[in-house]
This record gives sequence, structure tokens and C-alpha cells, in this order.
Amino acid sequence: MTRPRPRTHESESETRNPTGGGGATAMRLIVPLQGVVQGRGGLILGSLIPCALFYFFQLYLKRHRSPKPGSNPTSPSQSSSNLSDLQRSSSRSNLSSRGSIGPVQVSSRASSIAKPNDSPYYIGLDRVSGDPYDRLDNPNGIIQLGLSENRLCFDLIEKWLSENTKDSVMGRDGGDLSISGIAPYQPSDGLMEFKVAMADFMSQVMGRAVSFDPSQMVLTAGATPALEILCFCLADPGNAFLVPTPYYPGFDRDMRWRTGVDLIPVHCRSTDNFIISITALDQAFNQARKRGIKVRGILISNPSNPVGNLLPRETLYNLLDFAREKNIHIVSDEIFAGSMYGSEEFVSMAEILDMEDIDKNRIHIVYGLSKDLALPGFRVGVIYSFNESVLIAAKKLTRFSSISAPTQRLLISMVSDTRFIQEYIETNKKRIREMHDLFVEGLKQLGIKCAQSCAGLYCWADMSGLISSYSEKGELELWDKLLNIAKINVTPGSACHCIEPGWFRCCFTTLSQEDVVIVIERIRKVAETCKISS
Amino acid sequence: MRHLSTKATFNSHGQDSSYFLGWEEYEKNPYDEVQNPKGIIQMGLAENQLSFDLLESWLEKNPEPAGFKRDGKSIFRELALFQDYHGLPAFKRALVEFMAEIRGNRVSFDPNHMVLTAGATSANETLMFCLAEPGEAFLLPTPYYPGFDRDLKWRTEAEIVPIHCTSSNDFQITETALEAAYHEAQQRNLRVKGVLVTNPSNPLGTTLSRSELNLLISFITTKGIHLISDEIYSGTVFSSPGFVSVMEVLKDRNCDKSEVWNRVHIVCSLSKDLGLPGFRVGAIYSNDDMVVAASTKMSSFGLVSSQTQYLLSALLSDKKFTKNYISENQKRLKKRQNMLVMGLERAGISCLKSNAGLFCWVNMRHLLRSDSFEAEMELWKKIVYDVRLNISPGSSCHCTEPGWFRVCFANMTEETLDLAIQRLKDFVVEHTANGHSKSNNSSKNSNRKLLPKWVLRLSSSDRDHKPDER
Repeated sequence: MTRPRPRTHESESETRNPTGGGGATAMRLIVPLQGVVQGRGGLILGSLIPCALFYFFQLYLKRHRSPKPGSNPTSPSQSSSNLSDLQRSSSRSNLSSRGSIGPVQVSSRASSIAKPNDSPYYIGLDRVSGDPYDRLDNPNGIIQLGLSENRLCFDLIEKWLSENTKDSVMGRDGGDLSISGIAPYQPSDGLMEFKVAMADFMSQVMGRAVSFDPSQMVLTAGATPALEILCFCLADPGNAFLVPTPYYPGFDRDMRWRTGVDLIPVHCRSTDNFIISITALDQAFNQARKRGIKVRGILISNPSNPVGNLLPRETLYNLLDFAREKNIHIVSDEIFAGSMYGSEEFVSMAEILDMEDIDKNRIHIVYGLSKDLALPGFRVGVIYSFNESVLIAAKKLTRFSSISAPTQRLLISMVSDTRFIQEYIETNKKRIREMHDLFVEGLKQLGIKCAQSCAGLYCWADMSGLISSYSEKGELELWDKLLNIAKINVTPGSACHCIEPGWFRCCFTTLSQEDVVIVIERIRKVAETCKISS
Repeated sequence: MRHLSTKATFNSHGQDSSYFLGWEEYEKNPYDEVQNPKGIIQMGLAENQLSFDLLESWLEKNPEPAGFKRDGKSIFRELALFQDYHGLPAFKRALVEFMAEIRGNRVSFDPNHMVLTAGATSANETLMFCLAEPGEAFLLPTPYYPGFDRDLKWRTEAEIVPIHCTSSNDFQITETALEAAYHEAQQRNLRVKGVLVTNPSNPLGTTLSRSELNLLISFITTKGIHLISDEIYSGTVFSSPGFVSVMEVLKDRNCDKSEVWNRVHIVCSLSKDLGLPGFRVGAIYSNDDMVVAASTKMSSFGLVSSQTQYLLSALLSDKKFTKNYISENQKRLKKRQNMLVMGLERAGISCLKSNAGLFCWVNMRHLLRSDSFEAEMELWKKIVYDVRLNISPGSSCHCTEPGWFRVCFANMTEETLDLAIQRLKDFVVEHTANGHSKSNNSSKNSNRKLLPKWVLRLSSSDRDHKPDER
């Protein structure tokens, strides 16, 4: 949702046309007025032509007054004191089916959001909920590979719950279980005990290579508001963040919707295994500057979504240097840090900062429990920042996105159980790896290669060999075939702003081993039809 | 030097506002019956702690929902994965029924028109995003909840224009006041998008009368604007005239097929009615499909934990429990309010006659040195430091008349309330005996820091990690 240019610019440039029509028009104007205006010709023309321009400008405005629907969120010209203006101009945001023009309707923010989302990412998700695959009840349904959820280790958590729930939900008040531990108002940015537990959890999940300070942490109802809050704190409407592509489609919503901030894609190539290059970053930064757009920071996801690779240490250092040189922020979304299955080592931004005495005020980390602990329903997100002012501002904004107290209580117990967490992390890694290997091997049998990855709940598959034309159109045609014929929902690269057509993100952690076989088989059928037709 | 956004830096200005003093002093010196009997008693927090025992006993008798079980089976996986912004259907059904029950079942609500949010704070902000463009205004009757200056304006960049209400008619909303506010907005070149009322009112503790509701509906119909009715205190109405929801009045006027039907929106929450502010459960109810669609998507930024939704769906589906809770809670609130009102009366202090809420709107105008906000501040400081009670001054609620204070009664034990009343009584006696001489016991030097300018900076004021001031 980019900010459209103010309408006045458009109308100004177009009013020049009526008077540009040449001498004939001018003469017709001047002759009737000649009787009115006294004086020499030069003076007449000198005063009449601007008058004529003005006259036509007014005429043009009167005729073309109807505002465009849904455009221009800030419109100082609309706040007139005339009641009838109120009625007329409000029709621009009226997309309601009732269709009556007159009283105020909703804001343009609402009308643009309320529209059904046309990204294949969201369309696919909707289709699955309409016809979800179930081995017994709906074997011909659509198999979900478009949602990065991890269903592999619930048994472990269930076991923990059965052994621990009684004490964990309510607080203990003087030895007795008491609702006064969870009912009253809590600090909006999370209980200190939970922050302590999360700080330790994050450290554990990242292999104890770095430690986190709970006082630099702000807790939010999921990573989604964490990102939005950071955006509100770091950028003003009209500013932009640079984001390496391909990136998680949700960023377009989370970072832009209400903040008015824009995302500028910085394209990465398969030849670099989709790792960001500083040259590309620099180019994007300069282009933005030429367009008069202020870049406030870089948003990276590490481990990456949708590719699933890790940013090497050197890249992180280079990014830091770049950020320092341009005086911008870095937001590092590390939500998949605990979902590593390869042998590489994950390096958090925090670890880099630990090593050097770099000014840390520009670095902010986002984390959450939706992926690593597979608890998206519980809504737990983290903003971790080294910037005092950001922490203060973010804390205040958490009042709109606080975590429910009983959930915090439960998770304090769970996440503090270091032995359980260790077992969980290791088992989780193992199971993700097994599923990954099975799935990627299956794709390989079909001649579909995947990008090199070692983290995340998905693989980044190159299906460009199956598309009829090497373009976004070709890719979407394949996506459509996969969705409607093979009946599997995968996320096409174009939804992730990938510059190379044919890549698809396939999440495999919602599947069982039997499901994987079925999925591969379904893809095979479609792949064969693609090969026949190409 | 890295820049932060203007929103981030603007809000840090409020830090040195002297309005925080009451809360800061309380945090430094909180009253505790045993450990700190001379500490400051918190009477600025509108929390309901009177009915915890009812909730506790229900939880004890019904361990399954807290244990993620339903009929003996574990539903943990479903809940762990459930992040659908349409909300848990069973919870929404139970919530609309609870809302209807509080309104005497005189109105009914459709779960498909309800959007869940992490608390009413989030609901109010989301509605503002949906209804107002940056720079557009909503009219609010004064006095109003100080948090609105934050919640409705901060990130949305909307404006608030006050509808001035006075004690001459018990702070009721009049047509003159509405028109004056609308006119003021126009003078300030602000386009008015709607009116927002709190019913029952915070800080007044009164319910809106039918005639006020009718007036509001006629007003928004003529002007063609929205009405937001923040009804989060609806379950705290403990005596007559009883609670009338704006939906009821719309129904009585046969507005359900008319246009204005889609421009009335309700906010509700379980923070006051069920005394569970820590759970973060709020909701927007609207008949406008686009508002519902947009706010549903926006609720991604503040979803309610699925664990909490499930637990509460079980609690609220227990009709025996809800019936008993609603009536018992109201009884206890009534008793408490009466205790405070009588106690204040004995000290020569009157309150606005109220029938709802967790607080009283107390009239201390006769204790002011002069009819000014400076004098109100002086009196407030004395009450915080010398009497050691944290109460909320009317100026923070944008009241146009100095001398009114909001005093909460439901967030403490009976003994503590007694003590608070006693302290106030002693203060009044001393105060009237000594004339308006300087108070003797102020050992704290920080009083001297206070500047009258803080009154102007109130709209940017905030506090960090302190409990919500509602």
C-alpha cells in the first residue's frame, strides 16, 4: 500500500492542456474582455493570460471534482467545514454493498483492508480451509503445504502438560493456587518472570552462544505485533525498509498496513543461494534516495523464510557496516532460530554484537514461540532491542497487544523447565530433519531441486522446469494447477516477491510420512502433464 | 544519531509530567496491611477484586478447561495451532450470550458481527483505525477516561474534541453541548467522524439515560456520523435506573433496517464485568460488514490467546455460573459503593449519584482554595502525600470544573476501604480547622517540582509498565 501522490499535482499538470490549445482560444478570450480592460496590448496579454489560466483551472476543478475511491489516506483538503462536503466526499471510501451515498462510511484504511486479499498466499490458505485434506474424512481434499506450522512434537508438550498443568496455570499466592495471580492487570509488556524465562529460552534455543537480558525485552501477543510496533517506533509514514527477497508474504501486511511505511524489495539470486549482497542493498538504497524516499532500516529474516538458509557471519558483519554507514536500523526476525535441522551453526545478530563493541542502538531482534515451540495460538512474541528509547516506546505500545496472563503463567513453567526444553529442541531438530530429507528426496525423484537450506519448516523448491513460460504468469499457472488439480497448496515465489519465476515454498512439518508420499505422487501427476504440454 | 519515528520520540516527552506522581508515589510506598500500614492506598485503579472467590471456586470444580481437555480428551493440539482471527466459535457464542444476559436479554447479538481483540484498549484503537482518517475527529463527552487520549489518538492520528458536560445537570449530555462540540471541531478545521461515549461512564459511574441515548442517535443520524458505545462497565450496574444499551434504543426506534444501524458500534470487555483484566479479552461489535471485515484482519495485531478463549468459553457457557456471578457481583459492588458514599458523607464530602462502575465521582470543590485547576492540583498533592491516597483528579479526565476526583472502591478489602475513608475524614477535619494552611507532614521534596504546565501536556502523558489506569 504505497502512498499515492496528492491529487493536486495531477490536476495542476493537466490544467495546462486547455490553455495550451493555442492562439485561437486565447483570442476568443481576449476579444470579449477587450472592452473591459483598458491599456496597452502588452499589459493586456500580460494580465489576461494568467487570468485565463486561472479561469480554466477553476473550470477544470469544478468538472473533475469527484474524488477517487480508496486513494489518498491523508486529505487535508477534505476537512472542510461544509456539512454537504462531508456527505459528498465520504462516498470515496464507500465500497459497501448497500451502496447508499451520504453519511460517513469507514476510513480508507478499513476499506482497503476489508477487501479480500488477492495474493496467492492468502487465496491458497482460504481454499484449504474450504476443502481440507483428512486421511479418513476427506482424502481428496487439498493438502496444506502453505502454512509454516510445526505439528511434529506435540506429543512431547502434551506429556509435559499431563505431568505439570495443575500448578502451572494459576499463580501461587502464599502456597494456595489463587486467581489473583492471573486475573488482575499485569504490566502490558509482560511479567518479569516470563521475560526471564524467555531470555533463557532464547539463549538455549540458540545453542547458548549468546545470552539475553530480560530488561531489554518487550513481550507482545505474537511476533506479528512485535514487527508492527517496531515499525511504528523506527519509521514515519512514507519511510521505507529494505527487505531482501524472497520474503514472508505477511510482512507486506504487518509492516505496511497501518504504519504507512513501505517495503522496498532487494532482489537476491539463486546463484547466491538467495543470500543478500551488499551491492544490491546499496543500489536499492540509492534508488530510494533518488525517489526521495527515506530508508529507515533493513528487515532480514534469519533463518530465512521462505528459503530456509542462514545468513553467514560475514554477511551479518557486512550488514552491520552498511547500516552504520547509512545510519539506519536493522530488524532481524529470528523466529525460526530453534527450528534448525542442518549442521550449520546459527549466528544471531545478538551474538555479533556481543563480539564487538559496535554501537548497538540500531539493532532489534524479533522472536516468538509460534514456530520453535509450535504454539501460534498462544500468541507470544518478543522484541529484543539494544536501544533504550525504542524499548520505552515499544513498552507503551504493548498495551494494544499484551499476552494473556494465564498463558504467561503456563509458559513460565514450561519454558523454565530446561531439561524438557533441551529434550524438545533435540527431538524437534531430528524430526524436522527426517521430514525434510524425505520430502526433498521425494521432490528430487521428480527432478525438482531445492535450494540449500538447513532451517525452517519448509523447503524452497525450484519448479521452473515445469512452467510453460519462464515468467510470473507461468509460475501462477503452475500454482493454479497444483492447487486445483494436484490439490496441494504451496506458496508461489511471486507472493514472496522472488525475482526468479518457478520457485515454490513447501512446508512439510504439518505432514505425516504417509502424507509426504501422497503429496509427491500428486505432484508427479501434474509434473507429467506439464512435461507433455511443454 | 539514529532517528526514531516521531511517534516514538513524541511519547517520551510525557515522562516528566507531574501527573505520574500519584502512581510513582504509590509504587514507591504501596500500602500493605501488614508490611506497610502507613503506605499509600491505591484508589486510582479501576479493578474489580470483589468476586475472585466465585471464579476460583468455578475453576476448582471445573479443572478440564484449564487442562486443555474437553470431555476427557486432550484438545491441546487444536488450541496450540488455533490462530484464526475469526476467533474460537464456541467462545464467541458464549460471549454474545453473556453480553445479552447482562442486558437482561432485551437485545441479542450475532457472533458473526463480533471481533475479538486483546482487551478493550485494542478494540478502541482498532475501531478508530477503521472509522477515522488521520486528522479526523471524534467527539467525547467530558469527563472521560484519560487513557482515550492515548488509545484513540496515538497511532491512529485521530483527534478528540470534547463535549463539555457540567455538574449543573449531573454531567448529562445535552443537545447544546453536542452542537457546540461539533461547531468547535469545524472551527478547528476537523472533520467529525463520530461520537464516542462510555456507558456506563468512566469516571462518572452513571448509566446514560434513555433520553441521552435517543439524543445521541438523532444527532448521529442528522450529522451522518458514527457512534461508538464503550460498554465495558455494563456488568457493573448495581442499582436503578439500570443499564440500557444503545442497541436496545435502536431496536425500540425500529432502526434495525435503517442506515444508522450500521454506524453504531459497541466495545465490550471482560476486564470489568468479569474482573479479568489480565486475560486481555475485548471485543468490537458492529453491524457494518466492512467494519467487521477490516477489524477482524486488524485483530491479527492483538489476538486473544486460544488457551484463554477456550477456558472462558467453558466458564461463560455455564449459565448457572454466569447468572449467579452477575447478580452476586452487582450486590457486592453496591455494598462497597454504599460504604464509600456513606463514609464520604460523614466526612462532609458528597459524590455524584451513581449506579454503576468501580468508582465514585467525588465532589471536593468545597475543599479547594480557589475555583481553579491549580487549586485542584494542590489539593490532589496533599491527598497523595499527606493523606496517602492515590485518587484521580478531574482535570486528568478533562473535566471542565475543578474539584472533582475519581475514587475507586473495588480493588481493595473492606478494611482497607475503611481505613482510606478514615484517613480522608481526618484530613477534612484538619483541613477545615486549619483553614487552607500548608500541610505539615510533607517530608517529600518532590512536591516542589510540580509545574502548572503539566495540565497542558496531559494529552501526551503516559506511564510505562504501570497497570492500566481504567
